[in-house]
Amino acid sequence: MARARTPVVAGWFTGEGDDFRLLGTRCSACASVFFPREDHHCRNPACAGGELTEVPLSRRGRVWSFTDSRYPPPSPYVTDPELSWEPCAFIAVELEAERMVVLGQAAPGITVADLAVGLEVEVVPGVLHEDAETTWTTWHWRPTGVTA
Amino acid sequence: MALAADGGDGMTEEVAVLGAGMHPWGKWGRNFVEYGVAAAREALADAGLEWRDIGAIVGADTVRGGYPGHVAGATFAKALGWQGARVTSVYAACASGAQAIDAARAQILAGLADVVLVVGADAAPKGFFRPAGGDRPDDPDWLRFRILGATNPVYFGLYARRRMARHGDTPDDFAQVKVKNSAMGALNPHARYRSRVTADEVAASAVVADPLRLLDICATSDGGAAVVLSSMEYAHRHGRAEPVRIRAVSTVTPRYPNTVLDLPDIATDSARAVEPPGETFRRSIARAAYEEAGLGPEDLSLAEVYDLSTALELQWYEDLGLCGEGEGVKLLRDGATALGGRIPVNVSGGLASFGEAVPAQAIAQVCELTLQLRGVAGDRQVPGARVGITANQGLFGHGSAVIAVR
Repeated sequence: MARARTPVVAGWFTGEGDDFRLLGTRCSACASVFFPREDHHCRNPACAGGELTEVPLSRRGRVWSFTDSRYPPPSPYVTDPELSWEPCAFIAVELEAERMVVLGQAAPGITVADLAVGLEVEVVPGVLHEDAETTWTTWHWRPTGVTA
Repeated sequence: MALAADGGDGMTEEVAVLGAGMHPWGKWGRNFVEYGVAAAREALADAGLEWRDIGAIVGADTVRGGYPGHVAGATFAKALGWQGARVTSVYAACASGAQAIDAARAQILAGLADVVLVVGADAAPKGFFRPAGGDRPDDPDWLRFRILGATNPVYFGLYARRRMARHGDTPDDFAQVKVKNSAMGALNPHARYRSRVTADEVAASAVVADPLRLLDICATSDGGAAVVLSSMEYAHRHGRAEPVRIRAVSTVTPRYPNTVLDLPDIATDSARAVEPPGETFRRSIARAAYEEAGLGPEDLSLAEVYDLSTALELQWYEDLGLCGEGEGVKLLRDGATALGGRIPVNVSGGLASFGEAVPAQAIAQVCELTLQLRGVAGDRQVPGARVGITANQGLFGHGSAVIAVR
């Protein structure tokens, strides 16, 4: 039986392939953007508070910084103790239109040697881990011009 | 007198530090209460006071002792022997100890208590700090582990790499911070690590979060620290003509939009609708302390800063105004921040030599200032120390700076 594809957190991203997008919210009063999504109150202290509506974030941005994790993270991160740990790269990405930085794991196979501050990257759908019934999906950052 | 940007009206009155005490840092495998009580008894003895003389106790909470440190203030009060003191317990992540000091100071300045005992202690687990168990998708700290596996060193790695790209810092520059701090920690009997470390040893240690290696990143430790604070009037009445005084405690929060990625966040605020403030959160922590004290970086004799990583110590040089933006490495390489330099930083040995015992650490920083300002710090004494600052930053928008003078 095929595993169900389920986002690791609901409402943070949507779509497949080239249509994949991170989802934030935008305040109708002051146009502030929030990711992770803010659904109740605008956090701009100078704003009286408008309606918060869902908005897709820019697909592409530039590397603000990057690093990796050479040791397996502790729970609640899910790791397979049977497998040796493969270092996982992280990229913090500056989105020009939103003027914000969003952290994410790099796509599989991308290492710190492939990265540089200022490099253009794009958001792509990714798999966090799988269990018996479920493929838990997430977002990854990948340098543009690199194909999976 | 400058008007504090936080809405305060500038300088506040001082409180006296009558006593300071610590349980040595290490990995002792015992209950945090034991460390806290040992530190408290040492601080009381140092102050020449009995526990029964204390009007209020403030405990800095650990979250690793179960139910926030069994609610630390009362746990320490019970272990010392119930005597009816007013109790307060404080949790503010890495800033817990400084907020506990701030709570004690506020009670003294408000006339609610003459003399207050402040205690923080922790018994840290091995390995990465991690959130408490259970499914807690509303908790941003739980989420960053569940979704990303982003441990604290991942954030430290991001900051370090950013410095390399912006300022040209190198891994060897970072290693020199460890070399400096380990040399000073070797002189401190309360430190956990008391061996000098070479740059080659740092470079030979395993990479944890590129570009940072094991010896660039602070360990997690057991430890306890305590101070006894009083009103100046009480200090004078008890024959302390010139005690060390706390002149400022900064506990400001960030300003929207906060554009530096902070733990445990997955993203920064957006600056699309509102221009970012002219200074970062860390800089605002220091500025608020300077404004409250009526002092500036040029007045400092020493600084104790939160070197969660070697690279972060360099960042603090700039955020405290010890040097210009991007000039942290030059300040270090010139020897200015070593013992004997213009502005020694982390003469205690810092987190590099202690490892972090979260709720005790900011109190331990103030203990070091107290010893230095009294001129009794032994081999690591900064000659003629008159003014010291501490600085730290923790999760969830907490940070602190304390300025003490003599």
